Amino acid sequence: MKPTAFDYHAPASPEEAVSLLGSLGDGAKIIAGGQSLTPMLALRLAVFEHLVDIRRIESLRGVSRSNGTVRVGAGTTEAAVGRSDVVAADVPLLARATPFIGHLAIRNRGTIGGCVAHADAAAEYPAVALALDATIETLSPRGTRSIPAAEFFTGIWSTALEPDELITALEFGVWSGRTGFAVEEFAVRSGDFAIAGATVAVELSSSGSVDRCAIGLFGLGPTAVRATAAEESAAGTAVPDLNPDEIGQAALAGQDVPSDSHGSAAYRTRVGAAMVATAWRRAVKEASGE
Amino acid sequence: MSDDIADVKVTVTVNGRPRRAAVPPRLTLADFLRERCQLTGTHLGCEHGVCGACSVLLDGEAVCACLMFAVQADGAEVTTVEGLSPGDGELSPVQAAFRDHHGLQCGFCTPGFVVSVTAFLRDNPDPSDDQIREALSGNLCRCTGYQGIFKAVRAAAESSSASATPSETR
Ligand SMILES: Cc1cc2nc3c(=O)[nH]c(=O)nc-3n(C[C@H](O)[C@H](O)[C@H](O)COP(=O)(O)OP(=O)(O)OC[C@H]3O[C@@H](n4cnc5c(N)ncnc54)[C@H](O)[C@@H]3O)c2cc1C
Ligand code: FES
Ligand code: FES
Repeated sequence: MKPTAFDYHAPASPEEAVSLLGSLGDGAKIIAGGQSLTPMLALRLAVFEHLVDIRRIESLRGVSRSNGTVRVGAGTTEAAVGRSDVVAADVPLLARATPFIGHLAIRNRGTIGGCVAHADAAAEYPAVALALDATIETLSPRGTRSIPAAEFFTGIWSTALEPDELITALEFGVWSGRTGFAVEEFAVRSGDFAIAGATVAVELSSSGSVDRCAIGLFGLGPTAVRATAAEESAAGTAVPDLNPDEIGQAALAGQDVPSDSHGSAAYRTRVGAAMVATAWRRAVKEASGE
Repeated sequence: MSDDIADVKVTVTVNGRPRRAAVPPRLTLADFLRERCQLTGTHLGCEHGVCGACSVLLDGEAVCACLMFAVQADGAEVTTVEGLSPGDGELSPVQAAFRDHHGLQCGFCTPGFVVSVTAFLRDNPDPSDDQIREALSGNLCRCTGYQGIFKAVRAAAESSSASATPSETR
């Protein structure tokens, strides 16, 4: 099917983009890579009178590092995130999640800002943002905001964004020391959204116990979620005393796991626990320098 | 609603030739190429980013032409399957490999495969088997069962790495 008719706007700056959104009102929508929005327009699941294209705004693109944080511009494509040496070195979890997103043609257009704004429960980046306590930087006609990832994903395809609010960048803290990172996902076919997936980050102390750890789940709730209870039970414990399979089960305990034609909640829970356990093993192995 | 929306003037360089047109904003790049440029080699299967039949190169990168509007390509360079062959009925190395290795049956999916494989081999002149399979994952074929396509890509990679000089492989 073809989308309904809309007017096209191509602002040159973030300020111009949000002032357009403010003046055009509810009928206006940001389009970035269009890899989620265009199918919704074509299927007429979404109808907008105005599309505000932010892909031409140079200042929204690019990756930079300063003072222990890595800033990724919202308009940076998923492919560019995947190619970035800074991301690979300083935010390995983000780099390792990238190849799981769709396929290359999708990643060549889709942006990190669009991915977190779209907030699909089965998308990888929201789970990475949650696990790494990323900050989502925004601009609206009322000024700038820094929204912690933990407060950003509010429900199925819903976020803390106002309709006239633009994500300008994501900021990730750099983990240093004896760290390890892994992403595991199970999907029906390569490039499909995950049935269940997990992102794990661990930092070990010099004596080999877990100094801190973060587990982000995707495809396993109404939004991406953090497995806080499982993290807390693992923190402070020596690695040999931890059973990865039990961490997987603990991570899934009490989650609001969805059921659909691809799998029941019980099935997804089992797959999700296995994804956590596998990612945990790999992250710990890397952190231990094995 | 559609009546009061003005067309937008765009210039898109398609296969090296600048094309100027006034287009409704909702016209997809795929429909622009097929209907306005009469380049019907870009096929439409799913129109939502899943099948890869509409793959074209946008400033050199493979993208789905069904998931873009022509207005978004204003000022860009687009290469379609028609732009990959040297002309005069000759086939590009990837096209020739598809023919030689039974990489097509009905041919509906073929332009999309040829475009994405061309970009893939340019960026990965010496791919592993797994990398080839991963690179093909964005294109669906209902006929071949993929084995011929895989062999064609392997053969194209080997013939180009045998003939390419470092400057050509970038
Ligand atoms: C076949 C296929 C497979 C896919 N598989 C996956 C997958 O496995 N994992 C995955 O994560 N994604 C997948 N995607 C989606 C892809 O990652 C999208 O690129 C991404 O979800 C949206 O990014 P975009 O830049 O294309 O945003 P758009 O589609 O342009 O926009 C999506 C939404 O975000 C809003 N938006 C965009 N940018 C901003 C901004 N800066 N500030 C505020 N709001 C903004 C838009 O208004 C819209 O509501 C797939 C898509 C396709 C077509
Ligand atoms: S028609 Fe574009 S991906 Fe199927
Ligand atoms: S050859 Fe028929 S769909 Fe691929």
